[in-house]
This record gives sequence, structure tokens and C-alpha cells, in this order.
Amino acid sequence: MLKRRPTVEFLLAGRSQNLFAVSGLGSSTWDLSATGDDRRNFCFNGVMGQAAPFALGLAIAQPTKQVVLITGDGEILMSLGILATIANVAPKNLCLLVLDNESYSETGGQPSATAGPTNLELIAKGCGFANTSTVHNDSELAALRKTLHAADELHFSNIKIATEELPLIFPHSFDGVTAINRFRDVAIACSD
Amino acid sequence: MDWHQDIFEILIKHKISIVAHVPDAGHGPLIQLCEAYDNMHTVTLTAEQDGVGLLSGAWAGGSKGVLLMQSSGVGNAINALALPNVCRIPFLTIVTMRGEWGEFIPWQVPMGQGTPKILEAMNVRVFRADTKEEIGVTVDAAADLAYNTRQSAAVLVSQRLIGAKQFKQGQKHA
Repeated sequence: MLKRRPTVEFLLAGRSQNLFAVSGLGSSTWDLSATGDDRRNFCFNGVMGQAAPFALGLAIAQPTKQVVLITGDGEILMSLGILATIANVAPKNLCLLVLDNESYSETGGQPSATAGPTNLELIAKGCGFANTSTVHNDSELAALRKTLHAADELHFSNIKIATEELPLIFPHSFDGVTAINRFRDVAIACSD
Repeated sequence: MDWHQDIFEILIKHKISIVAHVPDAGHGPLIQLCEAYDNMHTVTLTAEQDGVGLLSGAWAGGSKGVLLMQSSGVGNAINALALPNVCRIPFLTIVTMRGEWGEFIPWQVPMGQGTPKILEAMNVRVFRADTKEEIGVTVDAAADLAYNTRQSAAVLVSQRLIGAKQFKQGQKHA
């Protein structure tokens, strides 16, 4: 089964200058931080459910940049409606990656809805995403990496990952003003 | 002049380019004006809280926006309001009020009455417009505060100004 940190590392390796990453609170933020500090990363540490809307807003405001959301099954389940909104706006420069371990790892590993009959890729399809995937293994992950780096279509991918206990890797700062200022500076500065 | 047009012109003055909304009768004519204007990107949301994250991400990308919602939507958005608060992202919302002046449906009253208190509790600066004459200057002042000082600001549009929705049993939808 895929492991979350090597998965995120592999997907973002060799990222273009143009790739901006947004992570959802908890494990996804530790995963993105584990790839190294980068001013093109914005890590949520709260407001569960808001990382996907934030990524959409950034994608609309910066249409020449690639925006990648990295979040968990728990966070996306909290605001499924945003998938309908994103599918309707349909920005080509947005890619949603859900690290799905079928549980709430930050709160003790309680099962999420995806441990039951809930299928996030089908939900995304039903919301109107034309390009979706579910990733279980290395070859599917390699295909997803190609899609991600081609950066020419709106994509939703549900990545099934193992449940693991991992050390927390903190972002550059938990202070929101510090975090948004350094992110915004590069998001605006290197416009094509 | 129609008060929706007054708000629209203030939004243009402040170079607001993203208008997020959950469909609302009170804001209806304003939403139509924004949709017809080439320099504005309107986004229809399924829930108001998504507008807070959306506009925060847009600001991180250099765009200014406004969230148009009804007072019931403020309740949906409470936790999301922590995002502009903790990051000091400018946030502007215009809220059409229910549950106050001449309300017919009792279900609208609790959230309508709670709206200003909840916004204040979440560190949002609350402005209020009760008349057509003051709506333009009030939105202007709220936008100045939000975008010049990186604060959250809300303009509550009184139900007295909008006109309380009238219901009659058996009537058809307009």
C-alpha cells in the first residue's frame, strides 16, 4: 500500500516554478512540510474544509499558475459541496489530491466514511469532474504524476494510502500572517 | 437610483474582481449586474463558508473579492471566518438580513438576531445600512477598512431596506 510521505514527495519532485501547493490541516500539512520548506506552499493548520475553496480562489486569481491541493479524506468530506462548485468553475490549472487513509488520523484513527461505502472519486465524477482517478499503486501514481505535471486539466485524484504513525513535521510558521505574507509575495511576484 | 446599482458601483471603484455568492433574492439584482460585467468573476457557492476560503485564496493570488450572502449564511461561515482573522486577510461581505424588520417566517429569526453578535464575536467589523441613501457610502467605508487595514468587514443590509418577504398561502413562486 502507498505511504503518504513518499507519495507526496514523488508527486511534487521536480515541480515547476509555477506549481503552488495548498495543504489541508493535520497530516497533509505535515506531509507537505516534510518535502522541505518552500515559499510556494501554503499550509492550513485549522478551518477544516477551507483548503479546497482557498485553492479554487488562488486558481481563479492566478490562471497561469498550477495550483495543487493536498488534503485528506476527512477534510474533503467536511465540505463536499466545494467539489460541485469547482466542477462548475472548472479551472484547468487546479489539481485536487486526496490522501485517503479512510480514517481521522489526527484524532485517533477513527474510521471515516471512505472506510465504508463512500467513494470519493465517484462523488467527484457526480459533481461534474471530467478527469478523475483513484490511485492504489506505484504505476497508477506514476500516471497521476504525469497528469499533475502536464498541468493542463482540472483533475481530482483519490489516493489510497496506508495508515501510519509518523513524526509531525511543522510548517515554517504557525503564524497565519507570516505564512500568508510569504506565500502571497511569491504567488503574485512570479506571474508569467 | 436603485441601491443594488449603488453597491455595484462601489465594488467597481474598489476593483473587486471576484464575487462569490449563494443565490439570494435580496442580492439578486446585484448578482445579475456582476454577472453581466466582464471584469468580474462570479462564483455560485453551495454553502457560504466556502466563500471565505475562496476569497482568501483569491487575495493570496492578488485579487479582491466580496461574499454576498443572507444572514443565515453567516451561521454557516463562522469557523471559516477564523481564516481571514488569523492570517489578517482582507475580507468583505455584504449580508442581506432576515429575521428582523417585518419577518413572516419564525425559522429566520434566531440566526437573523444572532448575526451581528456572531460576526462581532469572530472579530468582523460590522457596518449596517438601513436606508437606500446610506448603502453606497457604507459599503465604500467597509471596503476601505477591509482592504486598507486587512480586516474582516461586514455590511448588514437591513430587511427594512430590502423589504420583508411576503408570503400568502397558495401563492405561486414569482
